[in-house]
Amino acid sequence: MSQRANTWEPVIGMEIHVQLNTVTKMFCRCENRFGAEPNTLTCPLCLGHPGVLPVINQGAVEKAIEIGLALGCTIAERSVFHRKNYFYPDSPKAYQISQYDEPICVDGHLDVGGARIGITRAHLEEDAAKLVHSGGEAGRIGGAEYSLVDFNRCGTPLVEIVTEPDLRSPEQAVAFLALLKNTLQTVGVSDCDMEKGSLRCDANVSVRPAGSSEFGVKTELKNMNSFKFLGDGMAAEIRRQIDLLERGEPVVQETLHYDPGSKMLRSLRSKEEAHDYRYFPEPDLVPLAPSRELIDRLRAGLPELPAARTARFAESYGLPAQYAADLNAEPRVADYFESVAAAADAKSAADWVLNTRPSPVDEVPAGRLAELIALISAGTITSTIAKQVYELMLADGETPPAQLVEQHGLASIGDSAQLEAMVDEVIEANPAFVEQFRSGKEGVINALVGQVMKQTKGRADARQVQELLRSKL
Amino acid sequence: MTVVDTLGLTAERCAQLLGAREISCRELVEAYLERIDAHDPDLHCFLRTRPEAALAEADALDAAGPKGLQGVPIALKDILCVRGEETTAGSRILAGHRPLYDAGAVTRCRDAGLIALGKTNMDEFAMGSSTEHSAFGPTRNPWDHELVPGGSSGGSAAAVAAGFAPLALGTDTGGSIRQPAALCGVVGLKPTYGAVSRHGLIAFGSSLDQIGPFSLTVRDAALALQVIAGHDPCDSTSVPLPEPVSVPDAEDMRGVTIGIPTDLLAIEGVEDGVRASFEETIGEAERLGASIREITLPTARHALPAYYLIAPAEASANLARFDGVRYGLRLEEPGDTVVDMYGRTRSQGFGDEVKRRIMLGTYVLSAGYYDAYYGTAQRVRTLLLREFADAFSGVDLIATPASPTVAFPIGERIDDPWAMYACDLFTVPVNLTGLPGISLPSGLSDGLPVGFQLIGPAFSENRILAAAHALEQAIGFDPVPTGYRVGG
Repeated sequence: MSQRANTWEPVIGMEIHVQLNTVTKMFCRCENRFGAEPNTLTCPLCLGHPGVLPVINQGAVEKAIEIGLALGCTIAERSVFHRKNYFYPDSPKAYQISQYDEPICVDGHLDVGGARIGITRAHLEEDAAKLVHSGGEAGRIGGAEYSLVDFNRCGTPLVEIVTEPDLRSPEQAVAFLALLKNTLQTVGVSDCDMEKGSLRCDANVSVRPAGSSEFGVKTELKNMNSFKFLGDGMAAEIRRQIDLLERGEPVVQETLHYDPGSKMLRSLRSKEEAHDYRYFPEPDLVPLAPSRELIDRLRAGLPELPAARTARFAESYGLPAQYAADLNAEPRVADYFESVAAAADAKSAADWVLNTRPSPVDEVPAGRLAELIALISAGTITSTIAKQVYELMLADGETPPAQLVEQHGLASIGDSAQLEAMVDEVIEANPAFVEQFRSGKEGVINALVGQVMKQTKGRADARQVQELLRSKL
Repeated sequence: MTVVDTLGLTAERCAQLLGAREISCRELVEAYLERIDAHDPDLHCFLRTRPEAALAEADALDAAGPKGLQGVPIALKDILCVRGEETTAGSRILAGHRPLYDAGAVTRCRDAGLIALGKTNMDEFAMGSSTEHSAFGPTRNPWDHELVPGGSSGGSAAAVAAGFAPLALGTDTGGSIRQPAALCGVVGLKPTYGAVSRHGLIAFGSSLDQIGPFSLTVRDAALALQVIAGHDPCDSTSVPLPEPVSVPDAEDMRGVTIGIPTDLLAIEGVEDGVRASFEETIGEAERLGASIREITLPTARHALPAYYLIAPAEASANLARFDGVRYGLRLEEPGDTVVDMYGRTRSQGFGDEVKRRIMLGTYVLSAGYYDAYYGTAQRVRTLLLREFADAFSGVDLIATPASPTVAFPIGERIDDPWAMYACDLFTVPVNLTGLPGISLPSGLSDGLPVGFQLIGPAFSENRILAAAHALEQAIGFDPVPTGYRVGG
C-alpha cells in the first residue's frame, strides 16, 4: 500500500451542505427547527401548493454572505436563483430553488495545515423534505413497502460550499472539513451537527499517477455523515480505484454510497442515469444584489476565525503549533481555554484542556480550573496531587480547589524539616539501596524517591525529594 | 322580476345605486345570481357560483351601509385561489382542490367590499385562446352561442358581456385577458408586470402572468385596477405603483402620439373586418386630436415563437408539482410505484394542450437544447424590450388590433394548435416585455365585436386608460350583445 500510495495520487474535491440556523425557512415564514413533530412546521408555500410564491429570507442571505466572507470569497454584486427540476417525493414543487451559474459567493479559500484549499463557490438553496422508508432494505427507497415524508425540513436554508479538487488525502479532507466546521460554528451560521444532518458532505474522488497534472475519472461519494465515515469512505474508494487501474480496468463515473456497516461502496447511479435538471432562472424571484454597505457591515461583524485564532494562540500564548490547532478544533474549547489562560499559566491551561480526561471543558468551570492550575504554580500542591483534586472537583463542582486541598490535607509538604525527617527515615530503612547508590548505581535513587513519595502520599515535589536524598547520601 | 336589469350595468352605476340606497347589496347580488341562473346554462361562464357566501357578504355590507365599491359584484377566474372554496384552474387534476389561502388580488377585492359571485371557466391552466381547453366543457360567446368567447379567460369575458357580473378578474399570460375581451366586446386590461400581485394565481408562465380586470367601460377597469394593484410582500416581483390609478375623464386625445407598427400589421391572417375597424378607430383618434405616427417593431413578429418557448418552459416547471402526492387528483393501481402513480395521475389529470406544452417546455430546457431554444427566446425578449423602449421615445402609445380575428366557431381550431396560437399575434409582445395593454371594443365586423389594443410604457396605465376612455366615448360601442338587446 505504501508503495502504491507513492505511485498514485488521490485527488479530492468536496461539496458541503450547511443548514443555516435562521429563525424561519428560506422562502416562507415557517419556523426553521429540528426535531419537531413531523409535518408541523409547514405552510402552503413549503408544501408546494398551487399559487404560492417564494420570498427570500434576508437572514439567510446575510448568513450566506458571512460564510463567503469567512472563506475569503468574492461576494457577487448580482446573483440569481434557478429552478433545478426533478421529480421525487421529497420535493413538493418538483423543483429545488438553488443557484446555478451566478452564485452569491465565488473564489475563496481555506488554509489547512499549510495547504491552501480553493473554494470554488458557495451558493444559497433550499433543503428538501425528509423521507423515511419503511420495510424492505433498511432505510432505502428501493423495495420499501412505503415511504413517509416529513416536510418540516423542506425549505430549510442551505448553503452549498464547493471546493476545488485541491485535497490530496482522506486525512487532509477530514482536517479541512474539521476546520470548515469550526469556521462555520465560529461565524455562528449553523450548529454543524452532522448527526442531525445540518452539515452534510459529498466528496468527488479520483486518483492519478503521481506527478500527473491530468485528472482521473472521478466518482462521487454521497452523504457521509461523520468525519470517520468520510475518511473511511474516501480511503475505501481510493483503494478501489487504484485496484481497478492496476488491473487495467477503467474507473466508471458514478455516484456511490458508502455503507459504514459493511465498509462497502454501492453504486447509486451511473453517469448515463444522471438527471437532466433543466436549470432555468427562477422567474418568481428577482436577482440578489447585496449593497456594499451590507457586505461591509457583515465583514466588520465577523468574529475572529479559527485560522487567525490558532495563529494568535501560538503567538501570544507561546503554545506549540499543534496545541494551538488542537485547541481550535471547536470554538467552545478555544473559548474555554482562553478563559482559563486569562487567570493561569497558558501552557498548563492548554495541557489541562487537551490532555485531561474527562475533559474539563464540559465538567469544570474555567475559573475553577484556573484556580487549580494556580495552586500548582504556587507550589501549594504537586501535579500528582492536582489530579486528585481534579477528581474531587468533578464530584463537587461548588467547592473551590484551595478548600478541597485543605479539607483533604493535600497541600505539599513545604516544611523541609518534616520532609528531611522522612528522607532520613527512608535512608535508615533501606541500607541495601543506600549501599548500591554509593557504589555507583545511581539509578536506585528512584526507588528511594519512590519510598519517600509513598510516605508523603504524593504531597512532596519528587525533584525536591531527590535533591534532598542526594545531599544526604 | 328583478329590481334592476344587470345587462349593460356598469360597476360605477352599481356603486351609485348602492350608495344612494336605491338598491341594497342583497338585491343587487340577487339580480346577478338570477340572471346567471337563467342564462348561464346556455353559456357556461361559471364553473361554480357561491350564492350563500355572496348573499351573506351582501347582508353584512347592507347592515353597515355600503360605501365606494362595497357591494359591487365581481366574477373571479378559477385560477385565483379562494380560501376554502374549490379552485381548479380548469383542470381535472385540481378538481375538488380547496386552497388554504386567498390570492393577493382576492384579498384586495374582499377588503374593498367587492362581492365574488363565483369562479369562471377557463382554458386548463390558462393554456388556450378559446376556453375550449377547459376540462369542464367550453364557454360560449354571448354574441353567438356557436362561437368561442376567446381565452383563456373566456368565462370572465363572457360573464361581463352577458350581464352576469359588472366586473371580472382574468389573467393574461399571452393575451388571455385582451383577446377574450376583444371577442366578447368588453374592456380588458392587462396591467404592467408587477402591478398586481401574482400570489395565489396558479402559475402558468411566471414571468408573463398578470392579473387584470374585465369591465363594460374603461372607467370601470380603472376602478377595478385601483382595487387590485399594488405591492404585495408575498410576491417579490410585485412593486408599488409610481402613481395612483386615476379614473379617466378625458374627452379628447390632444397631445397624444400613437404609434402604428406597420410591419406587424402587415402580417398575414389579420381579417379585413378587423383591419377596417382598426383603421376607423385610428381615424377616430385623429379626430380626437391624437397624432399618428408609423413605426416598426421588426422583432415583434418573432414574439410568438419566442413566447411559445418561454411560456411552456416555465409551465413545465410550474405544473410539475401536480403529482398526486399532496392534493388534487391521485390515480393509483395496486402495485404502483410512486413513479407509476405520478405517470397515471398526470397522464389522465392533464388535458392534451397542457401535456403538449409540458412536453414542449421540458424539451426546450433540456441539456444541449437550452441555449438554442430558451436562450434564443430570452434574447428575442431583450431585443423586443429595446425596440419598445426605442418606440416609446417617439410615441406615447402603440396601437394594434387586440386579435387578428373576431370570434370563431367552437371546434374550428381545437385540433390545430398553430391556428390557435396565432390568436396571440398582437398580444404576446406585451407580455414578453411586461408592458401594460388594454383591449377596448372598437365596433363590429359581420355583427361580431372587434378589439382595439393600446400599449403603453411600463406603469403608464393612467395614460392608457385616459386615451382608451376618450376613444370609448367617441366610438359609442354598445357592449350588450345583439341577441340580448331588448327587441334585438
